[in-house]
Formats: sequence, structure tokens, C-alpha cells
Amino acid sequence: MRRKRRSVTVPSKYLLLGLTVFCIVLMGVTFFTDFLATPLSNLAGGVIIPFQTGVSRIGESLSRRKEEVVNIRDVMAENDRLREQLDRLEIENNSLQQDKYELSHLRELYQLDEQYENYEKIGAHVISKDPGNWFSTFVIDKGQKDGLEVDMNVMAGSGLVGRIIEVGDDWAKVLSIINDSSSVSAMVLSTEDNCIVEGNLETMKSGMITFSKLVAEEGTVKEGDKLVTSYISTKYLPGILIGYVTEINPDANHLTNSGYMTPAVDFSHLQQVLVVTTRKNGAEMQGEDQ
Amino acid sequence: MKRTVFIVLIMIVAFVLQTTVGKWIAFGSVSPNLLIIFVAAFGFMCGSSTGLLTGFFAGLLWDLFYGDIIGFHALVFMYIGYMNGAFKQIFYKEDIKLPLILIMVSDFLYGIVCYVLQFLLRGRFDFAHYMMYVILPEMVYTVLLTMLVYPPIRTVTLKLDSQQSALSL
Repeated sequence: MRRKRRSVTVPSKYLLLGLTVFCIVLMGVTFFTDFLATPLSNLAGGVIIPFQTGVSRIGESLSRRKEEVVNIRDVMAENDRLREQLDRLEIENNSLQQDKYELSHLRELYQLDEQYENYEKIGAHVISKDPGNWFSTFVIDKGQKDGLEVDMNVMAGSGLVGRIIEVGDDWAKVLSIINDSSSVSAMVLSTEDNCIVEGNLETMKSGMITFSKLVAEEGTVKEGDKLVTSYISTKYLPGILIGYVTEINPDANHLTNSGYMTPAVDFSHLQQVLVVTTRKNGAEMQGEDQ
Repeated sequence: MKRTVFIVLIMIVAFVLQTTVGKWIAFGSVSPNLLIIFVAAFGFMCGSSTGLLTGFFAGLLWDLFYGDIIGFHALVFMYIGYMNGAFKQIFYKEDIKLPLILIMVSDFLYGIVCYVLQFLLRGRFDFAHYMMYVILPEMVYTVLLTMLVYPPIRTVTLKLDSQQSALSL
């Protein structure tokens, strides 16, 4: 066998050298430009995505089955509790409904119609995630054919998940806000102070990400305050809930504050997401990732 | 030839499983690195050339899908495959310790490289934290998974190998 190999293959040293150079060139090309990335990903996507879709469907149903078995007792107890809650909420709902009419009337007056209930949305399944443990990007099962484009915002439930960074025919890659290299221009809802929310692998272990550059007077922003996407963001539509302030500390320069926030979305159990097909077409702004 | 087809199939299956099933079996949001297992295993079972090619294509697949910079994982995986190839000399079938150690070291090195190039250079200095919560858990989990997936892969690979060498004689 050894005899055969020696006669057939290139010595591995040269192969290694050649491919190393190739990789470095490729890295250089994709780092400084991005003309290679999309066609290559599309090629690979066409082959792998169908498999991933299938397997993740199976996995999803299996894990749901598992949860069903485990949770059935909890669910029964919860059911009773929820029934009570339902009654209470129905009463509450009625009064809120009245408030809502009033609110929509007032909103019309103020022409504040860019609330995100009005954005067009498409539902999608998460079919695969980044294979490593360092970054949080994932792939969903809708793409160009469904009208998705790069930079569209992705939500789950009522909170912001991230935005689309790459689109194939029937898949799209989403960069989540908890990704260590992601940053979002945000605003404290109560005081309208701007800040930057950045993903952080380190603090995500305790369910939080960081925010910084918050210019606010001491004591005005409190724990539990809502953080939403800001009006000056270039990629994100305004007014989408990102999460809640959990800890706030003044910076050493006494001008800005930074701290931790808890995202509104449960990122460890992300299965369905909503893609907002309305896109923000604002001017270039500083502070966000490219 | 048969072996090449086998390796390609295994790598694709491993990639698909890792990206889909990976998150279902994640433990404390850390999932095992199936690709490293196979890159290292084919390295020390089949030699440097096979190892580095397996690593290169597995890494390229990763980069095409999830890499920011295409070529990064291809490069790292290629070197992992190549270095494991050097241990072909002292590898023998019945021994499970060497494969486990090699895969453990491979995954550890991969973790370190990822941290240094993708995190340290961006000013994330808390090495101890990443060590405790990403690199080591991933390593342990990967080694545990190795015990499960390595034996069948070894059996098939060595069988294909012996067929091939029988043909060439």
C-alpha cells in the first residue's frame, strides 16, 4: 500500500503548502471584498440545505416529542393555572381594548404609524446553526424566492432576533444580536437616550448581552427599562423591542454609561422566526456593524 | 476510490448533523465538534495527505456556510488533519487511547486558535472565561462523542483500506 501511495499522490508537504497559500489568498479576497462569498455559498447551499431542512424537521419533532413526555404533568398543573389567568386576562383585555382604540386614535393624531405591528412579516423555520460554539448565526428556510433580502430584520415573538446577512434561493443566513461581532443602535424607550447594544459570548452564558455609550443623566435609566431599536439605526427598523436593562454602570469618563441587558427573545429555543420584509432605507450612520 | 467516497459522505453527514442536531444535543449551549473528530481520525488513520484534504474540504464547507472569512476554518482544519497524519506511524487499530488524546488535543488547539484569532484580536481578553465555558466543555463533550462514533468509523475505514491494498498487490 505504501508503495502505491508514493507513486500516485503529490507529497503531502507540497499539497499542504499549496493549499495554505490558496486559503490565505481566499481569506484575503473575502476579507477585503465580498464578490466570492455569495456565489460560493449559493453553490454549497443548493447541496446541503435540503438535507439540513429534513434533518432539522426530524430533530424538531423528536425534541418536541421528548418535551411532551417530560412536561405532561407540568402542563396539566399549568393548564389549571392558565385557565384562571385567562379569566383574569379577559377582563383585563376588555379594558385594554378600550385603551387601544384610544391609543390608535391618538397615534393617528401624532402620525406615529411606524409601530411594528404594521410591518409586513413572513414566518420561517430555523433549519441549522453555526457548527461552532463561538458565534451565533443560523440559517432559515426562506430565501430570495420568498422575497427576502439582505438586511431585513428578523424577529421572534415580540423581540428582535437579528438581521439577514446573506440570502440564497430558498435559504437565508441570520446574524443574531447575541453574536459576539454584532452591534445594534438602540434607544431606551422611556427616556429616548441612544446607546449601542453589542452581542457578547462571555455574558451570554448568564443570559445577557452588553450595551454601551449610553448618554443619560444618572438615575434616569433604571433596571427593567425597555431597550428598542433606535430611529438612527441604518439596518434596523425603529421601535422593535430588543430587551430589558439588567444592570447599568457609569463609565470612567462620567459621560456615558454601559451595562448589561437581557434580550427579549429566548435564543436557546429558537425555532420559528418572523422576517420583516419592510426594509429600512436610511442614510449611512456611524456605530453599527457593516 | 471507495475510501474517498466514504470520507466525503461521512464529512457531509457530519456537517449536516452538526448544524442541525448539534443544537438539540447542546449541553449548556456548547455542542460537540463532530467535524474535528473525523478530520483528526482520517488524519491518523489514513495519513497526512488524506488528513489535510479532509480537513481542507470540511473547513471550506464550514466557511462557505458560516464563516465570515472564507478559508479560515479550511486552513485550521487542514493543519489539524495534517498534524494528525504524523501519528499514523504509531497508530494501531486496537488502541483507543491515542485517538482520544489526538482528538482531544486537536479540538483544544482548534479552540485556542479560534479564541486568539477571532476574539483576542478584537480585544476580548478574558481568556479564562472562554477557556472554562467554551474550549474545555467543547473538548470534553467532543471526546465523549468520539467514544461513540469513532469505533464504527475505524472499522469501516480499515476494512476499505485493506480491500484497497489487496487490490493493488
